[in-house]
This record gives sequence, C-alpha cells and structure tokens, in this order.
Amino acid sequence: MDGSIVTGGWVDVARLEDIPRLGSRVVATAKGAVALFRTADDSVFAVDDHCPHKGGPLSQGIVHGQAVTCPLHNWVIDLASGEAQAPDVGCVKRTPVKLEQGRVLLALRA
Amino acid sequence: MNMISPQRLRLVVVGNGMAGMRTVAELLARTPQRYEITVFGAEPHPNYDRIALSSVLAGEKTLDETVINSREWYAENGIKLLAGDAVVSIDRGNRTVTAASGLVVPYDRLLLATGSKPLVPPLPGLTLPGVCTFRDIADVEQMIAASETHKRAVVIGGGLLGLEAAWGLKRRGMSVAVVHLMPTLMERQLDVAAGTLLQRDLDARGIAFFTNGQTEQITGTERATGVKLADGREVPADLVVVAIGIRPNVDLAKACGLEVNRGVVVGDDLATADPDIYAVGECIEHRGQVFGLVLPIWEQAKVCAARLAGDEDATYVTPALSTKLKITGIDVFSAGALAAAGEEDEELIYQDKRRGTYRKLVLRDNRLVGAVLYGEVKDGPWYFDQMREGADVSAIRDRMILGEAAASLSGSVDPSAKVAALADSAEICGCNGVCKGTITKAITELKLTTLDGVRAHTKASASCGSCTPLVEGLLALTAGVDAKARGPKPMCKCTTHGHDHVRAEIVGQGLKTIPEVMNRLGWMRPDGCHSCRPALNFYLLCAWPGEYVDDQQSRFVNERMHANIQKDGTYSVIPRMWGGQTNPKELRAIADVADKFGIPEMKVTGGQRIDLLGVKREDLPAVWADLNAAGMVSGHAYGKALRTVKTCVGSTWCRFGTQDSTSMGVALEKMTWGSWHPHKVKLAVSGCPRNCAEATIKDFGVVAVDSGWELSVGGNGGIHLRGTDLLCKVSTPEEVLEYCGAFLQLYREEAHYLERTAPWVERRGIAYVQERVVADAENRRALHQRFLYAQQFAQLDPWAEGGHEANAFKTLVPAE
Ligand code: SRM
Ligand SMILES: Cc1cc2nc3c(=O)[nH]c(=O)nc-3n(C[C@H](O)[C@H](O)[C@H](O)COP(=O)(O)OP(=O)(O)OC[C@H]3O[C@@H](n4cnc5c(N)ncnc54)[C@H](O)[C@@H]3O)c2cc1C
Ligand code: SF4
Ligand code: FES
Repeated sequence: MDGSIVTGGWVDVARLEDIPRLGSRVVATAKGAVALFRTADDSVFAVDDHCPHKGGPLSQGIVHGQAVTCPLHNWVIDLASGEAQAPDVGCVKRTPVKLEQGRVLLALRA
Repeated sequence: MNMISPQRLRLVVVGNGMAGMRTVAELLARTPQRYEITVFGAEPHPNYDRIALSSVLAGEKTLDETVINSREWYAENGIKLLAGDAVVSIDRGNRTVTAASGLVVPYDRLLLATGSKPLVPPLPGLTLPGVCTFRDIADVEQMIAASETHKRAVVIGGGLLGLEAAWGLKRRGMSVAVVHLMPTLMERQLDVAAGTLLQRDLDARGIAFFTNGQTEQITGTERATGVKLADGREVPADLVVVAIGIRPNVDLAKACGLEVNRGVVVGDDLATADPDIYAVGECIEHRGQVFGLVLPIWEQAKVCAARLAGDEDATYVTPALSTKLKITGIDVFSAGALAAAGEEDEELIYQDKRRGTYRKLVLRDNRLVGAVLYGEVKDGPWYFDQMREGADVSAIRDRMILGEAAASLSGSVDPSAKVAALADSAEICGCNGVCKGTITKAITELKLTTLDGVRAHTKASASCGSCTPLVEGLLALTAGVDAKARGPKPMCKCTTHGHDHVRAEIVGQGLKTIPEVMNRLGWMRPDGCHSCRPALNFYLLCAWPGEYVDDQQSRFVNERMHANIQKDGTYSVIPRMWGGQTNPKELRAIADVADKFGIPEMKVTGGQRIDLLGVKREDLPAVWADLNAAGMVSGHAYGKALRTVKTCVGSTWCRFGTQDSTSMGVALEKMTWGSWHPHKVKLAVSGCPRNCAEATIKDFGVVAVDSGWELSVGGNGGIHLRGTDLLCKVSTPEEVLEYCGAFLQLYREEAHYLERTAPWVERRGIAYVQERVVADAENRRALHQRFLYAQQFAQLDPWAEGGHEANAFKTLVPAE
C-alpha cells in the first residue's frame, strides 16, 4: 500500500500484536466492517469484511501466503489485489494501511 | 508501477484464449518492455486451457486446474486484462478498438486471436433451453448442471469433440446417444476399420450411436425433448449438445475490411493485409489452411511474437499434425493420410482382433505418409517422427508395422532409453510446448518425484496427457523414481506427498510443528493453504497428545469459534445433551440465554439436542458462560470431532427394550466427547433391533440384543447413505467402551483428514478393522489406552473460561 496518496487521513486502529499472525481482527468503521489481516511475515492488509461471493466474513477465514480463504464457500481472496483467485471472479474493496511504530493505521478519512 | 516509459508501443490483443496469450507469453520472454499490453477477452475468466475442458467434463480435472495464466500473472507482467469485455469494432483509420463497455483503446499494433465459433446448422429448436455447444467454460458448466438434474443427452456430431462430450456426459451418469452424419466415427482422422472399432468400444461403454443420421429438428417447446432425424428416427433427450465442427471467428476482421476468406487471411509473417494487424490461432487462414489443434498454433505464437519483437526473418510453416482422442482407456492415434490416394501408394495393415488392436500405415515412395493406430498407440510418436523426417523406410518395411521395437535392431526400446537419447531441445509436451531440458531442470532443481509435481511446475503432460510416458521416462532417468508406480494423490497443491506418507514422516522423524513438517517435507508454499494446514494440525495433535500445541490459525472458523458459522456471518450454538437426555434446569438455562441475548431461533437438531441460531460473534463468550454456569459444555456440533451420541429410551421404559441403551449412550459420550478426528464422528445406541436411534447409519453403532450388544461401524447418513458393517458382538458395557475407544483410535491414527469412517472402512476393508480391533486383543487394549491417554488432554470444555482467546471475538474500534 506504500505510495498511496493519503494525507492526514490515517487513523490508528490497533497494535500489530492485536492481530494474531496468520489471523485477523475486525475494525468497525463508518463505512462498515473492515478486516485486518497479518501474514506470516507481519505484512498487514485491510479489506472489507465482506466476501465478493455471498458476503461471508473474510476475517474468519484461514490466512495463507498473502491470501485468505473465505469460511463460507472457500473462495480464495488475494489480499494485495483484493481479487478472488481464478476460476472465481470478484473483488473486495481494499483500504490503505500502514504500520508505524507497531501501530496499524488505516486511511479511513481519505 | 510508475515508470512507464513514453516510448513503449501499445499492443492490443483481442481474444484472451490459447493463441493470444501464448503469443503474449512468447513476446514477454523476448522483450518484456517493448509493449504496453492490453488484452480483451469476451469470457469473464483469465486464460485457461481449453483442451482440458474435456477432462473437466469427465470429472478428471477441476476448473481450477485449467487456469494457464492467473490474474496475478497479468498484474506481475503489467498487462491490463479486460476479461468479460468483448471488442465490438476496430477503427483502422484512427487505430483504435472499441469494446462492448464503450471503452476505446488506441493501438500501435493489434493482435487478433478471436478463435473460432462452434458451427451450428440452422435447425428448428436450436434456441430451446437444454441445447448447447462445447467450446467454453460456460458450456461445460451448463452440461454439468444438466447432468445433475436430467437423465438423457444427445450429442450431434461424432468427431473428436462430440465423442469427448459424449464420454464426459456418460461419466456424469447420463444416458448418451451420438447422432453422426457419416457412416463411421471421426472419419476425418480414422479410416473405416478404426472408426468401426472405436464405435464398437464406445458402444460397449454404453453410448448409443445413430450413424448416417441427418438431424432435421430439435424437438420440444419449453425445453429440448429430443432430436428428429431426416429418416424419421427420433431420439429423446433433455440435453442436446451440438458439436459438428468449428468456424473461424472473423466478424471483427470482416467488419473493418481486412481480407477474409474462410479465416482472416495472413501471410507467412502472420500479418493481415494491414501491416499493423497480426492474427494467430483458429481465426486465421494461412495458405488456404485453417486450424483446429494447438500444435500449429504454438508455432504461430512463436513466429508472431518474433515478428512483434522486431525479427523480420521469422516465418511460419505449418508443422505436420497428429490427433489423439482424450477418452480414458480408448487409444487412438492418427497422422497424415488415412488411406492410399492412388496407384503409387501402398497400405500396410495389421489387425489383432482378440486384443482389439489395429494399425494401418500408408507409404509413398518408400516414405511413411500416414498412420492410423487403434487400441495400442505407443508407437504413434515414432511413426510420426518417421513421417516428419521423411525417412526412407525400405530397410524396415517388413517389420515396421509391428512398431519401433520390432523395427530397431536391438529389439526392444524402453521409454527411458528413448528419452535418454533425445536432445535437451526436443519437445516432449506438444500441448504446452515444453522441451526435455526444461523438464529435467525442474526435476533436478525442485527435487520433483511425481508426475503431478512435474505437471504443476512445467505444465508438461498437464493438458492432453499423451506425453505422460515420456515424462515418466524423464522422471525415471533424472530422479530415479518409478513414476509408473504412480505415487498416491498429493494432499494438496502445496506438496507432492500423500496423506499416509506425511503421517508416517511426522511419527517417524518426530516432526512436532507445522513449520517443521513443511520444511522437512519440502512444502512448496511457505504457510500452506486452507486444505493442508487443518490436516497437519490434526495429524500433529493425534501423534503428540499432550505435547503438541494446537495451532488456532490452522483451524476452520467453526473450530476456532466453537460454534457454527451461518450464512449471514452469525453463529449457532449447540450445548451438549448427554445421550439426548435433558432436564428442567438445562432447558431453563437455554431458554434464559435465548431471552437474554435475543437469539432469534431455536431448533431441535437431528442429533437430539437444541440449537440456538443467530448468535452474534461478540456475544459468544457470554452465551457460553451462562450455559456453563448451568453445567453444560460445548456440543462440538462444529468440529471434526465427536459430535453426538443418539440413544433411544431403552429397557428403562420401552416395552421392547433389552438393555439400558440410554445409560450406555451417556457412558460412551462421557468417554469420547472432546476427541478430535479426521472428520466428524457420530455414535448411537438402540435398545433393540427396531433401532430407533438409527445406530446402523452411524460411525459407531450399538444395537442391544438379549444376550448383549452388537457393534457395527462405518455407517453414514449423509450424502452417500451407507449402512454399517457388523464388527462383532460383545456381552458387557465395559467391552462396548473398549471396542469403541479402540475403533476410534485406529480411525484417528490411520484415516486421511476429511475421510469419514464410511469411506475409510471401505478403503481398508472391514476384515482389516476386525483383525486390528477384534482378533488382536492386545492391540485393541493398546489402541483403547492410547485413546484414553489422548482424552486427558482433549476433554477440556472450550467454552469454559481460558479455553479460548477472548479478544478474538471482539471488534476493534478506531482510536480517535
Ligand atoms: C444442526 C443440524 C441440522 C438440524 O437442525 O438438525 C446439522 C447442521 C449442519 N450439518 Fe448436518 N446437521 C445435523 C445433523 C446431521 C445428521 C443427523 C445425525 O447426526 O444423526 C446427519 C446425517 C448423519 C451423518 O452424518 O452420517 C448430518 C449430515 C451432514 C453432512 C453429510 C456428512 C456426510 O458424511 O456425508 C454434512 C456435510 C459435511 O459434514 O461435510 C453436514 C453439515 C452440516 C452443517 C455443518 C453444514 C455447514 O457446514 O454449515 C450444518 C451446520 C448448521 C449449524 O450451524 O448448526 N451434515 N447432519 C444437525 C446437528 C446435529 C447436532 O446436534 O450436532
Ligand atoms: C473441448 C475441447 C477440446 C479440445 N481438445 C484439443 C486437443 O486435445 N488437442 C488440440 O490440439 N486441440 C484441442 N482443442 C482445440 C484447441 O482448444 C483450440 O485449437 C485452441 O483453443 C485455439 O486457440 P485460439 O486462441 O485460437 O482460440 P480460443 O482458445 O478459443 O481463444 C479465443 C478467445 O477469444 C475470445 N474472443 C472472441 N471474440 C472476441 C472479441 N470480439 N473480443 C474479445 N475476446 C474475444 C473468445 O472468447 C476466446 O476466449 C480442443 C477444443 C475444445 C473446445
Ligand atoms: S440438511 Fe444439513 S447441511 Fe443441508 S440445509 Fe439442512 S442443516 Fe444445512
Ligand atoms: S461468501 Fe465467501 S466464498 Fe461464498
């Protein structure tokens, strides 16, 4: 997400440790629930907690590589692009996120 | 991302199919930076292997496995993919294309790769529901869906495509008839003798044939009901597949004034009449020829890419072609002439009726110009080589009909000696254009040992599969593995190992964590996937009870939340009711919880307990706390674990009851609750053979009789109904417990993850289970002891405090 042109819109939502490795936490935002994911190498991604298939809560899925498997019907969503892995087709909205001194910041007011 | 140099030429590709994307891949390999590439595809999918659709229809491959270039690939290579947006016009004057969405994209070079369209005769009834062609994913999905709800199919067309469609539908359980215009099948690739043999073999597999059949009409009003032939014959059907041929898709080219004959006319440079517009694949016509197989298309892709990269000398020449039918167990090979064309040609024919094999070779001036093989095709590639080389065969003419082994001096050729002799540049897989060097390199560098591994990494043998013996030969040669002794199916795409091997290594090598297993056994993806991680977590838990620390992130959501996720993201909670018994206190506590948390629905489950449906994630810990306070624990309705023990009232009340089945069920549930398994496990105890607790469709069922208890195993009430197999009869409740514990432990230790007891018992045979659990008393006691030992660590109520990580249930709110 680096390089996004977000200025002044960063909101502190969690500590990195609040999210388990290969796990997720949900943030309630004005625009709806956003799922934060932490991969094995501590990258953090944020996407809407709403599967493009039938709205399953992605935050509750199994995280592997840079992807999460939706708990309802096993669509695999690429966290970096938000796209569903072929042959499924769909895309989930991403929210820019950055890590600063162990805090997770979301571009919520961008 | 932000370094697009302004000098890059704009290449627009129309058609995201096999020809177009192969050309792009070849182009990237030559010059990754020269073009800024935009690809339009009429289909909403990334690029996939059309050839493999036959295997998908036959249930031998999944759609996932057909993807050639994933969306990530496009992104990584900076290609803009517009999948699901067809180009509707080309403006050659302004050099732009316009898509259905209205998008207009300018180009410096345009590549047409629009493939072909199925040929459809103007038949009445063609537009009825239940009529389709066989060309793309949508067609295959339609056929699969029809096969699930309907019984009879008719395929119009007895060529390659039609027969593959017929076979796939047959495999999916439909009754299938093929209507074919000509007297014999595949008449363009097979002579009459081979075509007749083919029909006989497919007939034996239950496909009906209507040859010399001219379809006049598809009948039906709401939906297709059959086809009517010109000679009056009628064939009933709920699905009609039209597969009579293909026609180059030239609409766009024609509309923008390019020269079009049967296909878009291209020169040896693969450029159309407009030097900025190239065309490849089934949409083109080159020197009067059109195409329907990938081999010449790969050659076109190479030449076209070279031209686009600036190589002025690259010239396309159509290679010799051979055909193979992809119906498992039916081997057909054909190349070149099917029969002698005149006086100067000779035919050599050899037929073995008993073995059902047939061969015909056509010779002209001592050179082989045609070969048709039926039933045994391993010499096909060798004949094909002789044809391509134009070799003089007079010296081997007397024995060459018997094949390469007979013709060669040494007498026998084994495939590894043969592949050993090939140069690194020799092409092994024609479908995917993979040469020997690429395969041996992958085998050595990636330490591949299985055919599937080679397929995954190189694509060789991944499409039509005809080069499989050569790839196996290379595996034998390079890695010394006998791939013929086809290894077991890998657990998932992250590994080449099967379940049994992984389980054995965990115990044998003393592997104690998921990362350790993955490292030692060469996992191909660092943290696996949603299918191998839960399996490994269970295998480790089972191997090292009390020692292994459960990995929550490798558990499916239900097992992590100790509740069942519902379609709207809420959860259902089912407290345990021992043996289906309950009392006012429990019922009151459940009612109070439902009121307090506004739980919208309650239901009695099929497992004899009560389900609270629609609980919010955040409420789960509090709901459990209240149920715990009333003495209830989790019912594990969500786990690959012991679920329920159903009972009937038994001798305590029932006038037929022979034993106290309720108490027996409660004792079984007290012993087994909390245990993790490869899949869910359900028990039941009935008080007499009337069997009101349905014990004979459970994983472990107990039926009381006057003299004791009948134990039976491997039942399943789910998707495939299966009655249990009788294990043995015992006389005391203690024995029931011991046999049950032993049986479950054997299942835990030996089954594959997600394999229920029913398929496991079928796979191993009930005799094996009886031998381990009944005949061998010492082994039974040891198994039972291991079960009880593991239970010490497993019987922790996940709902009780400390049994879960409370934070996981909470939603974060942004700090202000
Ligand atoms: C709640 C319940 C239906 C009910 O309202 O009665 C139920 C609900 C579900 N069943 Fe069931 N099954 C329920 C009894 C059964 C029974 C009857 C029984 O146990 O006697 C069967 C047939 C017996 C058997 O398993 O052999 C049954 C065979 C299945 C199957 C097919 C299993 C198979 O091997 O073919 C599935 C699918 C699966 O597990 O993959 C399934 C899957 C499911 C799932 C987990 C579907 C899912 O993945 O979401 C449902 C969860 C709903 C939920 O969140 O609560 N359920 N399910 C029953 C819970 C029993 C309990 O108290 O724990
Ligand atoms: C079921 C089946 C089995 C087969 N088995 C074999 C086999 O065993 N061996 C073999 O050699 N060959 C086989 N073939 C043939 C092989 O698949 C084709 O020769 C090959 O796919 C042709 O490639 P192509 O790129 O020219 O066409 P395609 O792969 O069809 O690609 C053309 C693409 O262009 C798209 N398109 C068309 N018009 C537009 C537009 N206006 N805008 C955007 N996109 C457009 C189409 O949607 C399509 O995706 C088989 C074909 C089928 C259908
Ligand atoms: S039968 Fe079972 S899986 Fe199917 S809808 Fe009912 S509860 Fe769900
Ligand atoms: S809702 Fe996510 S896969 Fe169906």
